[in-house]
Amino acid sequence: MTNTSHSNHSSNATQSSGIRGFLAGLSSLDRRWIFLGVALAVGIPILLKLSLPEVPGPMARATFNAIEKIPSGSRVLLAFDYDPASQGELQPMANALVHHCASRGHNIVFMALWPLGKQLADKTIKDVLKEFHPEYVEGTNYVQLGFKTGNEGVIKLMTTAITEQYPNDASGAALTDIPLMSGVNKLSEFKLIGTISAGYPGAKEWVQYADGASPEAFTLVAGSTGVQVSQLLPYYPKQLEGLLVAVKGAAEYEMLVTEKYPVARHQGRLEEGRRRMGPQLVAHLLVIGLIVLGNVAMIAARGAKGGAR
Amino acid sequence: MLKRTIPILILATSGAILVVAYFSPFTTNWSEVVLMWFNILAAVAYVLGAGNLLAVNLEKVSSRRAGWAYALITLVAFASMLTFGLFKIGGVPSEAHPDVPYAGDYESTQSAFGWVYEYMLSPLTATMFALLAFYVASAAFRAFRAKNLESILLLGTAFIILLAQTAAGMFLTGWIPADSVFAFLRFDSLRIAITEYIQTAGMRAITIGIAIGIAATSLRLILGVDRSYLSKQ
Amino acid sequence: MSVTMNTPTSGNRLLWISLMVFGMVGLSLNAFARKDGMAHGYVEVKEVERVQVTVVQSAGAGAASADAELKWVAPTDPKIASGEYTRVAGVAPRAWTVESLVPAKEAAMMMTARDAGDLTVERVEPSAINTFGIWIAAFLTLGIFSFLYRDNPWYKVAESVLIGVSAAYWMINAFWSTLVPNLFGALAPTLVRAVASPDLPVSSSPNSDFWLAVVPLILGFMLLWRLAPKGGWISIWPIAFIIGTTAGLKLVSGIEADLMAQAVATMQPLVVLNPADSATATASSFSFSAISFWGSIGSVVSVVGVLSVLTYFFFSLEHKGAVGKTARVGVWFLMITFGSAFGLTVMGRITLLAQRFEFLFTDWLNIG
Repeated sequence: MTNTSHSNHSSNATQSSGIRGFLAGLSSLDRRWIFLGVALAVGIPILLKLSLPEVPGPMARATFNAIEKIPSGSRVLLAFDYDPASQGELQPMANALVHHCASRGHNIVFMALWPLGKQLADKTIKDVLKEFHPEYVEGTNYVQLGFKTGNEGVIKLMTTAITEQYPNDASGAALTDIPLMSGVNKLSEFKLIGTISAGYPGAKEWVQYADGASPEAFTLVAGSTGVQVSQLLPYYPKQLEGLLVAVKGAAEYEMLVTEKYPVARHQGRLEEGRRRMGPQLVAHLLVIGLIVLGNVAMIAARGAKGGAR
Repeated sequence: MLKRTIPILILATSGAILVVAYFSPFTTNWSEVVLMWFNILAAVAYVLGAGNLLAVNLEKVSSRRAGWAYALITLVAFASMLTFGLFKIGGVPSEAHPDVPYAGDYESTQSAFGWVYEYMLSPLTATMFALLAFYVASAAFRAFRAKNLESILLLGTAFIILLAQTAAGMFLTGWIPADSVFAFLRFDSLRIAITEYIQTAGMRAITIGIAIGIAATSLRLILGVDRSYLSKQ
Repeated sequence: MSVTMNTPTSGNRLLWISLMVFGMVGLSLNAFARKDGMAHGYVEVKEVERVQVTVVQSAGAGAASADAELKWVAPTDPKIASGEYTRVAGVAPRAWTVESLVPAKEAAMMMTARDAGDLTVERVEPSAINTFGIWIAAFLTLGIFSFLYRDNPWYKVAESVLIGVSAAYWMINAFWSTLVPNLFGALAPTLVRAVASPDLPVSSSPNSDFWLAVVPLILGFMLLWRLAPKGGWISIWPIAFIIGTTAGLKLVSGIEADLMAQAVATMQPLVVLNPADSATATASSFSFSAISFWGSIGSVVSVVGVLSVLTYFFFSLEHKGAVGKTARVGVWFLMITFGSAFGLTVMGRITLLAQRFEFLFTDWLNIG
């Protein structure tokens, strides 16, 4: 973000007049007007609480089914591989995923490959697990392992020696004293691994190092940002059994989860993704409009100069 | 010897141990040791990064170079956060061991460290990335020009995906019955066709290409053919 | 993008300034004229008390040993009443409060419920330090956004704070999460247990653990040598180790997950049957109705896509004739891939912006 140049169209006003001249002039429009347009396109729908229907797609359904089909009470590992920069997209997935796992009675082990991921896991435990599932006891039903440095090295070491990587959980209790982790020293002891992933290290590394080491042992599902998802598509559905694509995937999955497992209060915590689809619609239309306008301006400018190149 | 031979041996050994461990369960212990060292060194790398930042900004302040005041702000922010975290200032004691000085939590908003995370670090990183929304829109206006078949394919796909990802897709093509011959024209079907078949195929080829490249580079490094890292002094 | 560096013209500037003044006036009205005001921080307050106890040995476990197990438990722990635990005399109980954030809207609901006598709802209190925090967060958020108008000191301050704070955050997290338990825990377990991590597991082979931890300690110091003005070669050892480990990790997993698995995923039947017919299909039962038309098209498209893009990447063949044509199809596939990736990127970025606006509107302005 170093390009600070701005322009305005009066500086190179075209000689031609009328609509064509106006359109040609658009190509040198001060981009701050575009910024203002984006701000309004995102801001107004939020204030108006614009809410739209969602139809769950196959990838969200696959993720939902992956968590449904493992037996209740299974041990699942949720890796929070993101930071606040992506929480707009990924926090809704994390909330729905934790609520879904707990509603199915799975025992949840939290961890993070990103330094700030542990904080977001803590937040999810507080906002979702403790709120909607007060019966979940730390140590018996869930464990927060926290963050470790080493990126894919952490995953690889955990395939054979979890207690070496994590002698203690995040609160300092020895892993060997935690009922949920007793006798667990390999990733293959988990029934399902879910990664909420914003980039490196994340879902790609989980596929390469965890799934690669024991492809049959557990199901791997991922929630991904829109930017990263292209990288993950080749892994779906063989290596990644479920894949949540950006906020759209979050909204679809949220819907599937809350339809089957509704909550009595604070429903807003499980509607974050759907809430953000309103601004999404208007902003997408704006971007399409901008592309069209940019092309019209190009064509008009060509005409104004008296012929194409 | 110290500058060339030993580094080459270190690289070859650590790499080979991991490769061999994949094929032989008997050497898993060795690879665990290597990985533990690797993960610890990754932690040291964070310290190194902080040290670098400190060095650069101290130099900027001491030589009064342009923008040194901002470097000073960075240094103050860094030093405060470091103190808050190292000494767990304002932290909550551990429930199991309230008598052990540094056993408690330092990441809740009650502690200084957690407060700075909640009200400074988290909003700042989130907003930095949110800025990109504006630049993406600006780039869409300026850079996306339908000049030839290739760019029209790119633009057309972007249009379909942008519409299909929101309710606009359902609104525009939802009236086409899902079981009719023309169902493939529905935006949600087009989106699935594009992402699951075409984009997946494109990315699969790219993934294969990158994998071959990485495997070749890794092998060259482990075998000591590629020694370019030795000159990074 | 060829944009010229220009300051706004006076007309433009007037417009922008009036926009900003409008925002300021609205903000002041919102803050002072509205009954609810803006930016309220609330915390849920929980009181914690712990007393030290000894675990009473059962009769079968022999005479009380010198190092009887000591524990900190809640004074209300039923095991104290039942006699399983006895309070340690002379050790004062410890008490503190734990506060956790509550969104303003939920706080209001919780406070009303508690005032109405529902004691199952946790105690919620307004919190000045967190209210102040919301203002700081808003100040920094707007500071970053101010860059959209132009580079300015407000943005630079926010950026400088971000750099300093995040470097320290990462370093501290690396220290407490990895260096303390995994490195110092092996080098000086007694110290680590006394100061930071009392439940650190006791190793069965402390000696070999110690020596195994000395290696990364030395390598770590060598890596930090990079900061020193002289002796740059010293850091090459740990760097060689890091590169070697990474190469060893990537060599096998890259081939497995990204090459072989992808090749297998491409080599699928081109004729895809409807799920209901796939189990019973034989040569004699051939019928067109059993074939999934779009499924088969999709399969063919996938294979053509992978092969044509790979052809395009194959630079050692000149892109002429059949190779050139295939490569051109590959370019089309790549263009569609990138178009789709662009659409998904727009989606991602817009969401992040929406989240920031939600913060500004709801937490700060209290109008959402």
